[in-house]
Amino acid sequence: MRHLIRRLAQIVPTMLGALVLVFLVMRVLPGDPAISLLGTAATPEAVAVLRRELGVDRPLFEQFIAYLSGALRLDLGQSLALRAPVTQLVLDAVPHTLLLTLGGTLVAAAIGVPLGAAAALRRGTWLDYGASVGALLGVSVPVFVWGLVLLLVFSLHWRLFPTAGAGTTPGGVLRALVLPSIATGFFLAGVVSRITRASILQMLGQDFARTARAKGLGETAVVGRHVLRNAIIPILTVIGLNIGTLLSGAIVAETVFTRPGLGRLALDAILARDYPVIQGVILVSSFAVLLLNLIVDLLYGLADPRVRAT
Amino acid sequence: MRLRVPVLLSGLFILLVAALALVAPALPVKSPTAQSVVRRLNAPSAQHVLGTDRLGRDILSRVVWGARVSLAVGAAVVAISALAGTVVGLTSGYFRGPVSDLLVRAVDVLQAFPALILALAIVTALGPGFATVIAGISLGYAPQFARVTRAAALAVREREYVEAARAAGASTRRILLRHVLPNGVDPVIVLCTLLVPAAILTEAMLSFLGLGITDPTPTWGNMIDNGRLVLREAPWLTVFPSAALVLTVIAFNLVGDAIRDALDPHVQETWVGAPSRPTGPRGASLPG
Repeated sequence: MRHLIRRLAQIVPTMLGALVLVFLVMRVLPGDPAISLLGTAATPEAVAVLRRELGVDRPLFEQFIAYLSGALRLDLGQSLALRAPVTQLVLDAVPHTLLLTLGGTLVAAAIGVPLGAAAALRRGTWLDYGASVGALLGVSVPVFVWGLVLLLVFSLHWRLFPTAGAGTTPGGVLRALVLPSIATGFFLAGVVSRITRASILQMLGQDFARTARAKGLGETAVVGRHVLRNAIIPILTVIGLNIGTLLSGAIVAETVFTRPGLGRLALDAILARDYPVIQGVILVSSFAVLLLNLIVDLLYGLADPRVRAT
Repeated sequence: MRLRVPVLLSGLFILLVAALALVAPALPVKSPTAQSVVRRLNAPSAQHVLGTDRLGRDILSRVVWGARVSLAVGAAVVAISALAGTVVGLTSGYFRGPVSDLLVRAVDVLQAFPALILALAIVTALGPGFATVIAGISLGYAPQFARVTRAAALAVREREYVEAARAAGASTRRILLRHVLPNGVDPVIVLCTLLVPAAILTEAMLSFLGLGITDPTPTWGNMIDNGRLVLREAPWLTVFPSAALVLTVIAFNLVGDAIRDALDPHVQETWVGAPSRPTGPRGASLPG
């Protein structure tokens, strides 16, 4: 509990900093949102009205206080294009993106851990070689290329999975989640497989593994009960380090698979120059990364009781 | 260091791509922007080796010109973020005080943003284009350089040789450049090798989303996006730029790995082939 409170206290200043940064990027960089929204042909009166509506005619500090107090009340402003509260739009989109991020993590673990373990146990064989090539492909092929390949083969050619949407029934949601999760997770699967292989090789040489073997345990039990448990911390670490990349991947996958979520919301907002929505999506994405990292940190405690004690 | 065949081939491939990118204007290929109504969506043939796109533009020429963008973005992002990050890292690690604390906090904040999201914010605020894409991606990567150089600066700040230099009257700039910086060079080079392919992929993602470098300038990302709509009818629009992108990134990853092995004997693991020694979690994150 103390660990949780300490970690929460650590991320609050970072969140505040993220708020400041997003505000600065959107307000201080050159360019008038009112002009970019209305076009250069707009009359000065129309620009003035919109500037007042957006609040950008007020002094910068005043704008920041209004923005900060709004954010603290979870009010991220009104969408200019959709005429709806940004908080609501973001809250509607977040579950889709988080689900896809989770799907990608599961795919990464489901492929990466067994592949890495098999490569470590069959070191120097064709299996090890194949796993290394697989891991290299995982980190080198971008999510949108995986997405297009999967879409072409499994949706357009074999029609096994839907080409667009996120599904409405529980079964439909799962079916619609499969291909985007694979596309999103392949990258991390490569990283996880590599780190699993490396940590298992390292753990196999440790005293506790030798002790387990000495007391007569078979190699499967040594790996399954002792080595893999100790390899979990580095695996969790790389997942934590790559959560931002995974979230970015989910956002790109949403475009390829025409799924609702933060990515679609952001892209539509960028095309419509809907600044409050863009600001909201960027802020929420950074908060999501911080919170997901916090969850990974807390999982350390579950995986290794020594972390809780420190 | 024993140079393995895949690494050697990767190095040659990178040299080839770089050479093609450099001499693209002088190559006997068609203009990458020349349109032709009668040659729309032509499959690969003797006349158009890699086919044509929806506007009748030559894919081969666009793939070659796309390499210019990818390599230029990769090189510029790494140069800018390494320079900015190293300056911030060294100063925040060597000096103590409110400015140093503020820099550390700023680095923490920047790291909370996924690189793609940060680049997206900058590109939205400044508009798409070559310079804004580089600025956006660099802002996301600079904190990583700041972290490793700060760690190096913190490690040597109190060492005797730094104190001796200070006592001998060396200027702060000289101490930082001659005594502190050399300790951070290896991790900076390792990070560079990781971030070149990551920057190439991030630019491709931005261009694929229509937010990076936009048509008619050819980039592998926007070419793949263009082909997406006719994926079944004309797969060559997507296949060739994808292959160029993936092969280039694989080559950079393999060469980067060999450089990491050479610089850090503790990290002796390779993508292809058996490792000589297992590793810990170091170097396992590929920012993107």
